[in-house]
Amino acid sequence: MLKRLNGEDDMTGAEVAIRDADFPVPFVSGLEYNAPARGPWNIVHTGMLIPESHQVFACAQGCLRGVVLTAAEMLAMDRMSWISVDKSDLFDGSLERNIVDGTAEIIRKLPKKPRAVLLFISCVHLFAGCDFEFMLDELRAMFPDIDFIDCYMNPTMRKSGLTPDQLMRRQLYAPFAPCPADPKTVNLIGNDRPTDASSELVQLIGNAGRELRDITQCRTYDEYMRMAKSQLEITYLPTAKASGDALEKRLGRKHLYLPLSYDFDEIERNLGILADALGVPAPDWTGAKRKAVRALEQAKAVIGGTPVEIDYTATPRPVGLAALLAEHGFRVTRVYTDAMIEEERPAFERLRALAPELLLTATVHAKMRFAGKGVHECGDVLAVGQKAAYFSGTKHFVNIVSGGGMYGFDGVVRLAERMADAATHEQDTETVIQYKGLGCRSCL
Amino acid sequence: MKQTARIISIHAADTSGVCSMLYELGGMVVVHDASGCNSTYSTHDEPRWYRQDSMIYISALTETDAILGNDEKLIADIAAAAKDLSPNFIAVCGAPVPLLAGTDFPAIAAEIEARTGIPAFGLHTSGMHSYLAGASEALEAVVSHFCTEALPRTDAPSANIIGATPLDFSVNGAVESVIGWLKKSGFELVSCMAMGSTLDDIRRASAAHVNLVVSSCGIAAAELLRKRFGTPWIAGVPVGEKFSARLASALKTAAASGGCALTCAERDASAPGRKLAIPGEAVFSGSLAAAIEADLGTPCRVLCPLEAEDRLLAPGDLRIFDEDAASAAFAEASGVIADPMYAPVCPPDVPFFRLPHEAFSGRCYRKESLNLIDHPLPWRF
Repeated sequence: MLKRLNGEDDMTGAEVAIRDADFPVPFVSGLEYNAPARGPWNIVHTGMLIPESHQVFACAQGCLRGVVLTAAEMLAMDRMSWISVDKSDLFDGSLERNIVDGTAEIIRKLPKKPRAVLLFISCVHLFAGCDFEFMLDELRAMFPDIDFIDCYMNPTMRKSGLTPDQLMRRQLYAPFAPCPADPKTVNLIGNDRPTDASSELVQLIGNAGRELRDITQCRTYDEYMRMAKSQLEITYLPTAKASGDALEKRLGRKHLYLPLSYDFDEIERNLGILADALGVPAPDWTGAKRKAVRALEQAKAVIGGTPVEIDYTATPRPVGLAALLAEHGFRVTRVYTDAMIEEERPAFERLRALAPELLLTATVHAKMRFAGKGVHECGDVLAVGQKAAYFSGTKHFVNIVSGGGMYGFDGVVRLAERMADAATHEQDTETVIQYKGLGCRSCL
Repeated sequence: MKQTARIISIHAADTSGVCSMLYELGGMVVVHDASGCNSTYSTHDEPRWYRQDSMIYISALTETDAILGNDEKLIADIAAAAKDLSPNFIAVCGAPVPLLAGTDFPAIAAEIEARTGIPAFGLHTSGMHSYLAGASEALEAVVSHFCTEALPRTDAPSANIIGATPLDFSVNGAVESVIGWLKKSGFELVSCMAMGSTLDDIRRASAAHVNLVVSSCGIAAAELLRKRFGTPWIAGVPVGEKFSARLASALKTAAASGGCALTCAERDASAPGRKLAIPGEAVFSGSLAAAIEADLGTPCRVLCPLEAEDRLLAPGDLRIFDEDAASAAFAEASGVIADPMYAPVCPPDVPFFRLPHEAFSGRCYRKESLNLIDHPLPWRF
């Protein structure tokens, strides 16, 4: 049915060999396609991490639809309510009043009063100059025993400051107020899944006699609020860094950003910084490094010359991961990413030298609509990430998002094991990647 | 309270209606939006997304472009993509921020058409209306642009189906069943707007003797075809044995006489007493109500939570614009046939019968979606 002037395989503008690619943005922006890989979390999934909280979204019908059905699919409609914005609300001065009255009514109707309400406004409210502070003040006066958290669904502003995802991760800790610190506790901030207990990061904290607190492990609101007392804030995802910075400023705690990395020197440096902050000597990581190399060799023995494709939803450092794998003999042929973060620059340069023919491929470019389901004829591919699985058409993929909770040398071991496992086991890609919010419950 | 819901879902928006209606026609649809519209549509409102290609995109609008009114970027991006992909037409519509910015989509479409030579039209979506408004305007635009030639009527009786999208009919064989039922009723199919037919099929719509409107989003297009070619239309969906027979008879009468009829609304729900409540899209719900009354003898009332002309509702039907109104109407009912996402506001002593509607619950209950067309009704009350 569909015709293309430039022929079936013309991916000009949508992919480029890394040797010819610009950093950090290799592609010209234009119309955007949305690939059906639904594992990455959105602001609803992230907000649900606050135990005993309730979400109220105030926005237009089209925007509400996505967030409401996100909650529905994760079987959490009892924690989601909404107020729709009508055209007339934008012009008749009722914008704030509707939200205050609507939220109050929703709270009164809830069978159990929530400990916190996440109140989301959207792009149109910000464009219309709505007074969010006024609304929050009114609601706090009406419900003094509830923590109201200002939240934002404002993708139009995604290039003007923090993205909605970064903002959400920052606001996730907004109720934390200054309080005396507990020197025995450390927070892991901004993650949407627990970090492997076997990782050097978790081990180091435990061995230093500190308790690790992480919102992903909190079961009650009181437990969550106890995180405010922790003496040290640690983040390792780029999207979480603003959360740590905000807590450092507001609570006066030290924040360590120890980015998720696949570079052994950087991993060792990060762990050294952590050891210093914990006041313990840095262990010798020679054994951990050797174990990681051995795991990579074992995975390589299983995967052989099968092309490996990686996408940016699997890890914030897809280029770094590609460089590590290429350095250990894997045939990495493609990285799917629309842009790269500045942190990736050293890995980009390394990979460019190592594998100049490796392709960088956009995921949102208009042509990518027709690139899915194996159009590239790659044959067997081992994919890391759902978008790589979709575009390559493979049934062999590592199903992770945002690093998958794997960190450090141990993270490399685990990822290598997952890759070897994916190479030998098929998955129903079409079904698996369409579940929204990897790790959440689903009604599908 | 108006515009507020504690626990129920919300219907698909006008932008999704546009995309859904135009999905199979080989056109390019661009929603002028930052990010969410395409993801919401392709995840929750479009069961064809994974397996059937279609050129549905967003413009990736930014704050700067919105404030500075940088329409040139939108136009240039669409023209560039159209050069690569050669669509049959281009439709451009907007989300809430372009509404605030006063973006002139018809003017933008005219500019795109001038640059690309590809037919283009602008639509007036804002993300603040239901899918029916968007689907209606999109289909009317297609008919206006492409159904321009008065073709001779087919020799045998024939019909177009107007207003079919997965939002109302899922992808569960229901539309194929309507086509099969039409054939059994003595009508050849000219086109189905817009599932299973090509744009070329739709170009031949004027050859049909009569049009069957299966959703209220098809009425504007049917009216245009009536004005342009004198083709009569009948509104209704063939559900239940007796109502389907009545609908077939109405189609034959219309084809012969040229008169239109709202068969789905030829009921009366104004008599006192508890009734079975059926919330949903007016043409389908009205048809189902008529079918239940005819086949099972149970009185019904349509509850309409969506935009619908008054003439689509029968006396005694009710408009429900929020959760409270739905809950109150359910409390007065003898039972409720509705999407499962209405269940939390149905009183426990009122029987609730699940009938998933994708325009309300998306893909949540797709596995239990029912094809009621040309099948015996599955309930006993």
